[in-house]
Amino acid sequence: MGDLLCSSTFFGVFISIMGYELGLFLKKTFKKAVFNPLLISIIFVIIVLLIFHVDYGSYNNSAKYLSYLLTPATVCLAIPLYEQLELLKRNVKAIITGIVSGVLTSIGSIFLLSLLFHFTHEQYVTLLPKSITTAIGMGISEELGGIVTITVTVIIVTGVLGNIIAEPICKIFHIEEPIAKGIAIGTAAHAIGTAKAMEMGEIEGAMSSLAIAVAGLMTVVGASIFSNFI
Amino acid sequence: MKFIKQFGIILSVTFIGEILRFLIPLPIPASIYGLIIMLFVLKIGIVKLEHVKNSAGFLIEIMPLMFIPAAVGILASWEVLKKIYIPIIFITITTTIIVMVVTGRITQYTIRIDKRKEKIHG
Repeated sequence: MGDLLCSSTFFGVFISIMGYELGLFLKKTFKKAVFNPLLISIIFVIIVLLIFHVDYGSYNNSAKYLSYLLTPATVCLAIPLYEQLELLKRNVKAIITGIVSGVLTSIGSIFLLSLLFHFTHEQYVTLLPKSITTAIGMGISEELGGIVTITVTVIIVTGVLGNIIAEPICKIFHIEEPIAKGIAIGTAAHAIGTAKAMEMGEIEGAMSSLAIAVAGLMTVVGASIFSNFI
Repeated sequence: MKFIKQFGIILSVTFIGEILRFLIPLPIPASIYGLIIMLFVLKIGIVKLEHVKNSAGFLIEIMPLMFIPAAVGILASWEVLKKIYIPIIFITITTTIIVMVVTGRITQYTIRIDKRKEKIHG
């Protein structure tokens, strides 16, 4: 069974979709934020791989076609953004203020917590780009001397976590303006968070898409300055 | 036919993004260049919204699926990760929450101040 699954071309995409469908079903049945379809699908796939002794390389070999679509899909985020361009122009000050404070908060809090845990320079710069989109974050981590595999993992965990907590956080902290919700989600949890923002509404999705690009670019500058501090 | 053309436009823009990524020595991925180019060509009207909308909608809808393979990669990086996973989990959770709350509250605060000003002056 394991051999068959390792050599299959469609197994990877198949169990990924199965896991996601299972997540959608659980979410519909129990209506709790913990039953996040993305989280459920990740756990489901990991369990299946462990049970059937399929190594990650074989799984990824057949599931990589999903990742392949990520770049064109990110390009497509320009479309909801274009549809909200007027709204963006009218609120440009609030949007920029929000993203700048978010990026500074992210870098600053990682700096303080790294001091607290006595992190080495290597461990510190590994975490610095954790809130931005994987492709930019990997580049920053590599450039500053971080451990790239951990950076990628932390970025993804951040995104999945942001995807799960987005709705409860907005509710608890009374973030009610759709623009503010979108900017918060995109700045804190990049594209994976944006997938949730898209579900919440058109404005949320567009603003979250914008925040991925702007926060990502600002972090390139911010992280290179802050990397000298530890 | 419609979908071939739409997907073609999206992939062309993605490919131009890739070329820029190759030419410009900055840690900025092809997707971000592509996003900016797509916004630009829509804005100046070379590409009309209906030329890309259906395919883009499809790709955005299935986007969560695209993160599954990378996330399952935790299996492969576990060996490196397990040495420092407790502080890392702590930092990841706290900073994600803090950043989301601070960004959201500050954006909302600024929007509402601006709205109030508009009411007074307008």
